[in-house]
Amino acid sequence: MDWSHSLRLIAPEETLSIAGLILLLIAAWGGDKASRLISILAVAALVGASFLVAPALCQGAMGPDYAAFFGQVHADAFSSFAKILIYLSAASALVVAPAFLNRLGAMRPEFPVLIVFAALGSGMMVSAGDLLALYIGLEMNSLAAYVLASFARTDDRSAEAGLKYFVLGALASGILLFGMSLTYGFTGTTAFSGIDASLAGGLSTGALFGIVFILAGLAFKISAVPFHMWTPDVYEGAPTPVTKFFATSGKVAAIGLTMRVMLGAFGDQVDAWRQIIVFVALASIVVGALGAIGQKNIKRLMAYSSINNVGFILIGLAAANVQGASAMLFYLVLYIAMTVAGFAAMLMLKDENGNQVEEIAKFSGLSRTRPGLALALAIVMFSLAGIPPLFGFWGKFLVFKAAVDADMMALAFLGFAASVIGAFYYLKIVKVIYFDEPADAVKGENDIWHKAILVVTCVFISPLGYLASGWLQGLTDTAATALFQAL
Amino acid sequence: MSGFPILSLMLAVPLAAALACLFLEAKAARTVALLATLADLALGVVLWANFDIGGPQWQFTERLEIFSGFSWALGIDGIALLLIMLSVFLMPICIGASRSIEKRVGEYMAAFLAVETLMLGVFMAQDIFLFYMFFEAGLIPMYLIIGIWGGADRIYASYKFFLYTLLGSVLMLVAMLWMVNTAGTNDIPTLMAYDFPPSAQNWLWLAFFASFAVKMPMWPVHTWLPAAHVQAPTAGSVILAGVLLKMGGYGFIRFSLPMFPEASVYFAPLVWGLSMAAVVITSLIALVQSDMKKLIAYSSVAHMAIVTIGLFAFNVQGLEGSMLVMLSHGLVSGALFLCVGVIYDRLHTREIDRYGGLAINMPRYALFFLLFTMASIGLPGTSGFVGEFLSLGGIYQVSTWAALICTTGIILGAAYMLYLYRRVVFGEQKNADAAAMPDLDGRELAMVVPLALAALWMGIYPESFIAPMRADIAALDARLARAKPQGDSAPTPGKVKPAHTDDSAHGGSH
Repeated sequence: MDWSHSLRLIAPEETLSIAGLILLLIAAWGGDKASRLISILAVAALVGASFLVAPALCQGAMGPDYAAFFGQVHADAFSSFAKILIYLSAASALVVAPAFLNRLGAMRPEFPVLIVFAALGSGMMVSAGDLLALYIGLEMNSLAAYVLASFARTDDRSAEAGLKYFVLGALASGILLFGMSLTYGFTGTTAFSGIDASLAGGLSTGALFGIVFILAGLAFKISAVPFHMWTPDVYEGAPTPVTKFFATSGKVAAIGLTMRVMLGAFGDQVDAWRQIIVFVALASIVVGALGAIGQKNIKRLMAYSSINNVGFILIGLAAANVQGASAMLFYLVLYIAMTVAGFAAMLMLKDENGNQVEEIAKFSGLSRTRPGLALALAIVMFSLAGIPPLFGFWGKFLVFKAAVDADMMALAFLGFAASVIGAFYYLKIVKVIYFDEPADAVKGENDIWHKAILVVTCVFISPLGYLASGWLQGLTDTAATALFQAL
Repeated sequence: MSGFPILSLMLAVPLAAALACLFLEAKAARTVALLATLADLALGVVLWANFDIGGPQWQFTERLEIFSGFSWALGIDGIALLLIMLSVFLMPICIGASRSIEKRVGEYMAAFLAVETLMLGVFMAQDIFLFYMFFEAGLIPMYLIIGIWGGADRIYASYKFFLYTLLGSVLMLVAMLWMVNTAGTNDIPTLMAYDFPPSAQNWLWLAFFASFAVKMPMWPVHTWLPAAHVQAPTAGSVILAGVLLKMGGYGFIRFSLPMFPEASVYFAPLVWGLSMAAVVITSLIALVQSDMKKLIAYSSVAHMAIVTIGLFAFNVQGLEGSMLVMLSHGLVSGALFLCVGVIYDRLHTREIDRYGGLAINMPRYALFFLLFTMASIGLPGTSGFVGEFLSLGGIYQVSTWAALICTTGIILGAAYMLYLYRRVVFGEQKNADAAAMPDLDGRELAMVVPLALAALWMGIYPESFIAPMRADIAALDARLARAKPQGDSAPTPGKVKPAHTDDSAHGGSH
């Protein structure tokens, strides 16, 4: 294990770090005028980094050859898969941001730089092979994210969101650190492979507490019930492109990290944590669905929808095998596509002054005034509800298939029954858009980028997406296998 | 025709037309939709003509492995063929019945063509997950049809329709996942021959039952149907009653019965009980309705109960009978909804009391309405008779009580249908506006005449419809043979007296 090999493996992280620092320098000298240039360069850096990580996925990189710095970081197919998702969704957040932030006068050069650093931290989270690497990645992502949440400085809601996110995030980090220290104390190591090996002989009560606290900290990061309370407020208050960033790349990072820890470090202790995951999954599905029903603001609704979706993803984790992990990754891809499409559509909902329309009641009759946009929103909603033949169904199908194949019939039964509750509020949006009389509140014009992102993602989640299912299944299987090989 | 993907083509035609309709203005959309449905009807005729009766069980099979997890596998047997024919036959009529739709015609036609694609897909699918997708996807266009073009209470009806059926279906999906995991295949024909352990069958049967009973709909989960029917536009009601309800029956005949024979027999008393309750209760409810569409909707529930009772008779007679009831009900209730639609278009009310004496100003209408009323009652010579007679004959061999109670459905059916007919068509002309309504025009005649001819054909020469499915029903009967229940009415062979018995013994036996 020589240094040059390790440094080669983390080339994407190096690229992003250096790009971020250079952009910071440009920002320091260029000022606000340079923000457009910096945005473009940041998108280029993120897309370039995803090209850098792609070979590991295509070649099916796994095993000890791809562990850098003595197992601190795994540059295998799993992290490559997650990083591509993270980088591309971060880039898409950057693409849609200027139109939104310019109006608020908040399009500052720090924005793309912070996104780059947050994406870098996210990438480190999903490739962590050690509690310390995990924590560094997590904090790198979080610190950037706190600032981003309050980026619209003149908006009270944004400031509130940033503060809430920071206080609760710090608390969660504390809980996580406490769990990590317990784990370290009872196993004597911070490396995932070491933890796994030392727990092989049996789980002591102290180590069990470690698992529980780590899980609690992670549940906060993925906004799973009962640690979900911050999500609606932060999603509502943060500027919409930032919310989009949290809901997509932040989600992938947190879920990927959770998979790394639970299936890696505690992979042999499934019986100890499975019941927690089962509870968290079902509770997230139900609370997310019920919470969403009463919402009047589309961003809050999307927040509850993300809680709901995390519940479904965790069902794959409860299965705790390659098939389950693969299903989670597949679901994540679809969830990202649906969320990107949903937020892109949301950003296109503007009144004649260019202000965002966030109140659901104001979308009424959108299908009459904006048929294309209405169709896209309907596709997103039905897909989120998991109604076939839209592609979103397939994600739910796979996680439940994993649960059934792992002999967890009761979980699958309850989860599916609860998904019907979720269908209700998605239907409500469709109802407002299609059935109600036009309110004609949405008038604003939109640029080509929003439309392009919306069209591409909608085609992906439409039934045409199934044509890609074979290819995607191959990739998720590779990534999931790599995850289990990473010890 | 071998090798030519005619089934895929039948799915592609309405789908392509649906996409085109989204971008067309009203008049062009109507034309495109009509042409597409007629083209599909023509393809259906070709399909029937090329169907080899007595040939292999599954014909026109196609299989493409283009997805992960499931495959594009299509194929039909005689049972599916008949239901496909029913669908493609009703669709052009539905498009014709949509003249009164004036808002958002392009989207309306697109939704209808999407429904056609998905319905046909349900009957054609040979992969269990492909089947589920088609089965479930039909919810989206029907939700939009009821919600956008429905009546006053359409929002409530659309939610009820969607959530009821969705809840039923997701439970079925869990069962499907388990079955595929256990049997190791998605292929429906293989699964139909797979013997699941009897202990698991009960659970699986219940999960499928949750879905099909809602779709069917069986009492007491039928409450979405009157709401959806009353609020849907005429064509929506026709397609709902004509074809969508048949998906439940098709599900029983394709999945529940052949895949879980033991469980089907175990739960047969439940089905009989619900069917008996449905026949009596919904018929009585139909008797007191003042809204024509609601009346016909409740009568649909009663007829569907005859279907389930025939299916769970576990013999050839009952199975063939329930298939015929489904086909006949598809034609007749579709036609009855059209008849309601015709006068609704003129007076914009479905209140029975607002009409009366229509025989005077609408004689042709009265004639056709009478024919369909009689077919609904099950008068010999019309399509309704054959199926109901066979179904009830089938159940008589298994359960006398069920046969007795379900037969009252025929009497009650006659009561509410004749009562409806009397109030609408005979009697005095109470209202001037109803008395001034013009008789059927050419377009309306073009819709009801084919339905009337089909109903008579099925009543007079049902062999045309029984022949394609005979082998499949026989195969299903053979599959059920091992679990068949003992009939309570099985006649015991009497003692045959030898010819030369002495007089005293002979006299004693009298």
